[in-house]
Amino acid sequence: MSFPLLTATAALPALGAIATAAVPAARRTAAKWLALLVSVGTLVLAAIQLVRFEPGGARYQLTESHAWIKDFGVRYELGVDGIGVALIGLTALLIPFIIAAGWHDADPLETNSSRWRPTQGFFALILAVEAMVVLSFEATDVFLFYILFEAMLIPMYFLIGGFGDRAHAQGDEAAATQRSYAAVKFLLYNLVGGLIMLAAVIGLYVVAGSFSLNEIAAARASGSLHMATNTERLLFLGFFFAFAVKAPLWPLHTWLPNAMGEATAPVAVLITAVVDKVGTFAMLRFCLQLFPEASKWATPVIVVLAVISIIYGALLAVGQRDIKRLVAYASISHFGFIIMGIFAMTSQGQSGATLYMVNHGISTAALMLVAGFLISRRGSRLISDYGGVQKVAPVLAGTFLIGGLATLSLPGLAPFVSEFLVLVGTFSRYPAAGIVATLGIVLAALYVLVLYQRTMTGPVKAEIQGMPDLKVRELLVVAPLIGLLIFLGVYPKPLTDIVNPSVRQTMSDVQKKDPNPVVEAAK
Amino acid sequence: MENLIALLIAAPLLGAAVLLCGGRRLDKAGHWLGTLLAGASFVIGAVLFVDMLGRSADHRTVTKHLFSWIPVEGFQANVGFQLDQLSMTFVLLITGVGTLIHIYSIGYMEHDENRRRFFGYLNLFLAAMLLLVLADNYLLLYVGWEGVGLASYLLIGFWQHKPSAATAAKKAFLVNRVGDMGLSIAIMVMFTTFGSFAFSTVLGETGGASSGRNTAIGLMLLLAACGKSAQVPLQSWLGDAMEGPTPVSALIHAATMVTAGVYLITRSGAIFNAVPDVQTVVVIVGAVTLLFGAIVGCAKDDIKKALAGSTMSQIGYMVLATGLGPIGYVFAIMHLVTHGFFKAGLFLGAGSVMHGMNDEVDMRKYGGLRKYMPVTFVTFGLGYLAIIGFPGLSGFFSKDKIIEAAFAKGGTEGWILGAVTLLGAAITAYYMTRVMVMTFFGEERWKHAKTASPDQPGVEPAAETHGAHDEPHPHESPKSMTIPMIVLAFGSVFAGGIFGIGDRFVKWLEPVTSFDHGNSPVAEWTVTAATIVCLLIGVGLAVAQYGRKPVPAVAPRGSLLTRAARRDLLQDDFNHVVLVRGGEHLTRSLVYLDHSLVDGVVNGTAASVGGLSGRLRKLQNGFARSYAVSMFGGAVVIIAATLLMRAV
Amino acid sequence: MNPVNYLYLAALLFTIGAAGVLIRRNAIVVFMCVELMLNACNLAFVCFSRLHGNLDGQIIAFFTMVVAAAEVVVGLAIIVSLFRSRHSASVDDASLMKL
Repeated sequence: MSFPLLTATAALPALGAIATAAVPAARRTAAKWLALLVSVGTLVLAAIQLVRFEPGGARYQLTESHAWIKDFGVRYELGVDGIGVALIGLTALLIPFIIAAGWHDADPLETNSSRWRPTQGFFALILAVEAMVVLSFEATDVFLFYILFEAMLIPMYFLIGGFGDRAHAQGDEAAATQRSYAAVKFLLYNLVGGLIMLAAVIGLYVVAGSFSLNEIAAARASGSLHMATNTERLLFLGFFFAFAVKAPLWPLHTWLPNAMGEATAPVAVLITAVVDKVGTFAMLRFCLQLFPEASKWATPVIVVLAVISIIYGALLAVGQRDIKRLVAYASISHFGFIIMGIFAMTSQGQSGATLYMVNHGISTAALMLVAGFLISRRGSRLISDYGGVQKVAPVLAGTFLIGGLATLSLPGLAPFVSEFLVLVGTFSRYPAAGIVATLGIVLAALYVLVLYQRTMTGPVKAEIQGMPDLKVRELLVVAPLIGLLIFLGVYPKPLTDIVNPSVRQTMSDVQKKDPNPVVEAAK
Repeated sequence: MENLIALLIAAPLLGAAVLLCGGRRLDKAGHWLGTLLAGASFVIGAVLFVDMLGRSADHRTVTKHLFSWIPVEGFQANVGFQLDQLSMTFVLLITGVGTLIHIYSIGYMEHDENRRRFFGYLNLFLAAMLLLVLADNYLLLYVGWEGVGLASYLLIGFWQHKPSAATAAKKAFLVNRVGDMGLSIAIMVMFTTFGSFAFSTVLGETGGASSGRNTAIGLMLLLAACGKSAQVPLQSWLGDAMEGPTPVSALIHAATMVTAGVYLITRSGAIFNAVPDVQTVVVIVGAVTLLFGAIVGCAKDDIKKALAGSTMSQIGYMVLATGLGPIGYVFAIMHLVTHGFFKAGLFLGAGSVMHGMNDEVDMRKYGGLRKYMPVTFVTFGLGYLAIIGFPGLSGFFSKDKIIEAAFAKGGTEGWILGAVTLLGAAITAYYMTRVMVMTFFGEERWKHAKTASPDQPGVEPAAETHGAHDEPHPHESPKSMTIPMIVLAFGSVFAGGIFGIGDRFVKWLEPVTSFDHGNSPVAEWTVTAATIVCLLIGVGLAVAQYGRKPVPAVAPRGSLLTRAARRDLLQDDFNHVVLVRGGEHLTRSLVYLDHSLVDGVVNGTAASVGGLSGRLRKLQNGFARSYAVSMFGGAVVIIAATLLMRAV
Repeated sequence: MNPVNYLYLAALLFTIGAAGVLIRRNAIVVFMCVELMLNACNLAFVCFSRLHGNLDGQIIAFFTMVVAAAEVVVGLAIIVSLFRSRHSASVDDASLMKL
């Protein structure tokens, strides 16, 4: 039997999490280095996956399959397609940066507290999330996926509820209250989604008699498994609801601003750039593949909701007074683009949506982490507390601007490629939705530039005077992300080559063809 | 040879990367590096130009496919370049004027601590602008299009610590984004219509598409052009953009970037030619902007804003010309090039005046400067003669041709357009004479006047004064600043003649844009004579008003029109009331609704569950006897139910 | 005598016991009432055993007795310790088991 690469990629951070948690209280720094080392090791394994993956080969590659719960036909079945392998790469790539950015986020307040343990816990929880997210991108068994989908809520709950920004406008007491509110809200929203999905998972088993994605898809394709229209629609809705909560889609979005606002910046990145991607990924993999007819049935409504998300998220971002909440609402807008691209059911839309997931992860990480550095310096999340930062910390302001420009999809940076693909893909099938969504690019410019103007430009505020510029550690976090944004904006071919074949297969799952250009059609 | 095209862009791009990432170490040499690379780009452009001249007119187009950019099923976006006569014209203008302005900036920005960053941005602009004109497809053009927008944003907001500059930069980017939305939709329609957005496919197969689709593409391209070229209704950003350093205003907001809209319409000529209705809209936009900009230019006391109004108006001429179709494309581009020379020269002259006057921009505090700044006076004067269309100078040849073309459109339309362009010429002569007289002639009003604080909007903090508020001591600018002005003055004088005499420019561009003489209802010499008469009327009025009487130091109240024109014909008030206020209300109410309605439903559910359980909790009173009663009651109910079921 | 009469007696005893548990506050009396209910059940079991002619009911009565004995041990211990700490044998005084 060959080396179980997929299991190893998830097992390494899982074991790393246990090891990190077990480091003695006094050896705090060792725990940080251990976590960083493990995350880099995972990145290496993810890179090996990318290399070993053959675009255009079998649909699911590097597969592993073992019996797990025999009585219910649950199997430990793994496999990656191009979309999965790209997202595993994104996850593994971002975690080292998240760890490095959060280096001091869980340090004890007093230096001599030798019994302080949350530091170890913080990094262990991040690695635990990574392990579960990676495994959920690999799972091809619906039940296994469901368990991971739910289980990752536990470490996320503790990360949001247990660790917050050091300084809070209303004092520590209020901070703790708001944090636990945000954490509980996050948990309840996602649990409700998960509960409905559980019902759908059981329903699927009753109808199909299997949890294996491959078996069900093959049975559906060959016609041996027939689902009644209503059954398929109900099951689809059950799955989609859970993913739409996680993604999040309007109007199920309100947990995200609270969670991202209260969590520390690296955890906020973990939420929006990594964990939420499981939702959109699952729409592509499970909704479209298991319930193609129901997906097509629901498309008009979903596209409308996605367009609302785009505009609504952007408008609310404009109205925010809190930097982190602004980024959160911007993310809601971007998730609208991703979902719109998936359900436009065109090659460009789906390729664009997949690229969007990767690019949004990188660009939000760049913007949010720099925002985190800014917030840790001044101890405030309110935009109005800043002004004139570029004069005292030009590198910080510059990286913040590049992160912002990526968020507003400036051509030449990676998000432009994906956003344009999504727009074109949507426009060719739903012109109205495409045009309304294009408004989003104007609004994106508005919230990014207003944020930059209010925080970075103008006369230097008294509290900002003497603010230090980016340190070497912080620069090392941001610079590679920016480099990647530029590289993927100019030369996204390596990524599209991996994604394209998988998109082709998804398109054939739903039996949709791209609309022909009018001129060619006329010929 | 075609490999040089990529190098043309790579040189300034490299400069931008090195200067922006290099840090403080490069502060000493940064400006030389930037200028050198801009110059290198110009030399490469010149080599390519000579090479192009060596080939026959039909074989001058060179294409170069670099790499596949976004390869996705059914969607092929390439990075490829197309260098034809139209692009070549722009390449030479951009790199030529660009290099001159780099040289000028060495002197102008000498005392600014961020000079290296400034040159980095300038190089970035050159690279983006070259990409814009060299791209062989609309998507790559879009990259350059937004790239110049970014450079413009960075340069307008170069003095970010001034709130007015930061606001102006943001405004410019936002208004441009509205235009970009048009370009983006145009590309989407192209893709669904032709399956491609390469120039060759789209422009070659225009005939195959329905007129509805062509109309959509044309209107959206026009929206894009309006944004970038500051045409009505997206013109409001250009005046504020004067917050940027003067070399920026010269390069970006006069000579090159703002003319990108004209390039876009000319490049997409095939589409516009196919839908005459859209052409009519283009002409209307051009004519309205022409008058709009000219009227605003008459009322401004800020020298740069007066010139900005003039830029808007001159681009209105160009857009109007492109709207005329094959009659006008060539002349639009010709006017664009000559305008590039004389307007850049005028801005540099204005910068030189400000440099010598402690950065004062108010023309009412100038006067009689010709004695103190002879070189600036002469070069500015030649630019002035060129822009008003003094016979023999550049502007005369290009503007006259546009006026002729407007008449040649034929019918009532032709007469109306001809009248508008003639009126525009008269107003141009009026406001430019006003600028000239107020600045260089008359009494020396700057004596005993304090200079404005550098924090004030419009004032440039680049001066050697470092914010001193003394009485200014006008002096001539250093060589690095005067030499580019002299070179541009040469261009302002001779370019028109070189292009116009013997129809050289027409023959040069005809293979790309095609050309049509049209049927002018009036003879050529009549138009020329009418133009000259208009010019004289304009100059005469201005001299009578500003040359004969002393200019008051504080602007008089003025008529309703003057007051409106000072406020840019109330465009900002409109934007403020409708867009800014409306938008603020919208976002604020949405934030409230998100909290109270969307979140409220969720929190309400949670609260009602909590309330219900709170009530149920009361049953747990802790008395064992009452628990026993409930057990007893439950047992009785179960037994009763069982018996009842038996009985039934 | 008709065995059914014993059932009536058992029901009567059970009802007296149940009423006592619900009404009385003294823990000892409540406890005795519980015993009364248990023994009423025992009587019913033995009676059913007689009626049906098999020994199942009588065996269960023995089980009940053993359980009742164990319960008396634990229950009295609780009551005694409660009395020691509170100087009262009222069941209503021990009402801490609420939120």
